[in-house]
Amino acid sequence: MIAGLMGAGSIAAAADITGVITLTGTPPPEKEITPLMENPDCAKMHATTPTTHFYVVGPNHELGDVVVSLKGVTGKSTGASQPPAALDQKGCLYTPQILAIQTGQKLIVKNSDSCVHNVHATPAVPGNPETNQGQSPGAPDLTYTYTQPEMFLKFKCDVHPWMFAWVSVFDSPYFCVSAMDGKFIIKNVPPGKYTVEAAHRKLGTQTQDVEVKDGDVTANFSFAVK
Amino acid sequence: MKANAVSKSNPWLYWFAVLTALATLALIGIGGLVTSHEAGMSVPDWPTTYGYNMFLFPINKWLGGIFYEHSHRLLASGVGLMTTILAVWLWLKDRRPWMSWLGVAAFLLVVAQGVLGGLRVTLHMDSLGIYHATIAQLFFVLTCAIALFTSRWWVAQASRLPDRTNAQSAAKTAALRWLVLATTILIFIQLIIAAAMRHQHAGLAISDFPLAHGSLWPDTGAEAVARYNAQRVSINAENPITAFQIELQMAHRGVALAILILTAGCAWLAGRRLGKKDAQTKLALAWFALILLQVGLGAATIWTNKAADVATTHVLVGALALAVGALWCAIAFRQSAATAYDRRTEQRRSQSAATIGAQPAMTGNK
Repeated sequence: MIAGLMGAGSIAAAADITGVITLTGTPPPEKEITPLMENPDCAKMHATTPTTHFYVVGPNHELGDVVVSLKGVTGKSTGASQPPAALDQKGCLYTPQILAIQTGQKLIVKNSDSCVHNVHATPAVPGNPETNQGQSPGAPDLTYTYTQPEMFLKFKCDVHPWMFAWVSVFDSPYFCVSAMDGKFIIKNVPPGKYTVEAAHRKLGTQTQDVEVKDGDVTANFSFAVK
Repeated sequence: MKANAVSKSNPWLYWFAVLTALATLALIGIGGLVTSHEAGMSVPDWPTTYGYNMFLFPINKWLGGIFYEHSHRLLASGVGLMTTILAVWLWLKDRRPWMSWLGVAAFLLVVAQGVLGGLRVTLHMDSLGIYHATIAQLFFVLTCAIALFTSRWWVAQASRLPDRTNAQSAAKTAALRWLVLATTILIFIQLIIAAAMRHQHAGLAISDFPLAHGSLWPDTGAEAVARYNAQRVSINAENPITAFQIELQMAHRGVALAILILTAGCAWLAGRRLGKKDAQTKLALAWFALILLQVGLGAATIWTNKAADVATTHVLVGALALAVGALWCAIAFRQSAATAYDRRTEQRRSQSAATIGAQPAMTGNK
């Protein structure tokens, strides 16, 4: 599986793995976040009641917010040299709600709101510490770095319990999050055989074996709501 | 000299103990609101609050989850102070040594409880929340017991002479006594299960009632649990449910049914042995009614998708049900112990009377 990363890369050029993720079946309806509108500090930043968005589904059943990665590729992190990734607390919601970073990469958390939030990171993998820090309006950004790979590490605000985001941490640069149109692209993958894994917060994971050798590879996924 | 002293009732001490018990119940209620609103970690520091001295935290910053957590901390401080006063009062004024030590136990328990609550925040340990919730129930029972033991009624019972009616009553209610004890222990186990459920931070593991995921016994296979999670859309940051959490809620339902049957059994047995007009029968009926209310609140907790006020009322009624059982045990077993003591005293008297009666005859034989 990881053989491509070791040797074959010297002969063939790196390529992209692309694909489209779709959803079959009808997802449960999203809920209006009514407590947000009951909080004056948060309500003033919204004209209408925002809803949850567990299922980001396009008009042709494309599925967004799916974390796609090369399974089992570790020890290849370039996180320390990458620009920081960012989570913003805006309108008493986390933006984006699904994010992926590398081990060693800085993650900054901003507070763009006029109210206090507590940034409570709740990792489950040993080596990634749980932290909980208050962040007042206008306070400096908070910075986080994780050393261990972890899927869907939850960030939440306990002051406003409807605020949460999930950050997946990978030990390599080969990952991405599918866009609203369901498309994804993992760039510059060295030649070799891989298992591509697509993980959705609610729908679990799917895998597909691919081989990168002469140009770009396509791997489409279809999730189903039962 | 405190030893073997018979205490006089002190109404001020009694009412202060009652007030402490009521404040503890209110504290459990606010604690329930903290968990129901998922606000336990909304104040990241302890014993300070966002860097402020807890008692000087500006009121305009009591927003969102902070309101519940900070109120809980302030009321907890108040209960801590009241318990300290109660312990000192008992130590200085109550003539029963065991009551003085009960006050010391309450003081130590409230300190431990405060530290545990603080450590749950600073160590980020969800599991500590289960111990915190369980000790809260025990502490509430202890404060209620202190209120009972300082009451005029309890103290008056101690000074009563051996009573044949009491002895007959105690003999008739032996089975009832043990049934009440068993039921009380089961309620305590139920409260531990409930605390474990609440501190999973996973919302409702089963969202329907009286069925469970549409069945009498839900499928807890991996595929079924994945399906339940896919269908759950929650506003709050709840963790995905697991098979264990589903089984835990089923255990909670099963134990609830057992408690309902046992309290009904207590009411039936009390009525049969003591008659409908006896105080214990009335207490048994009130206990059964409380459990019926609790079952209704449990169902409402599910039907309202764990609405904070309903879920918190469920917690409060659970605490009351435990306290009723525990106090009833204290009264019933004390009556039984007193009767046994009276019987032993009477036997000793008869034996010594027989010995004295036999003495002249022996002398005469010489």
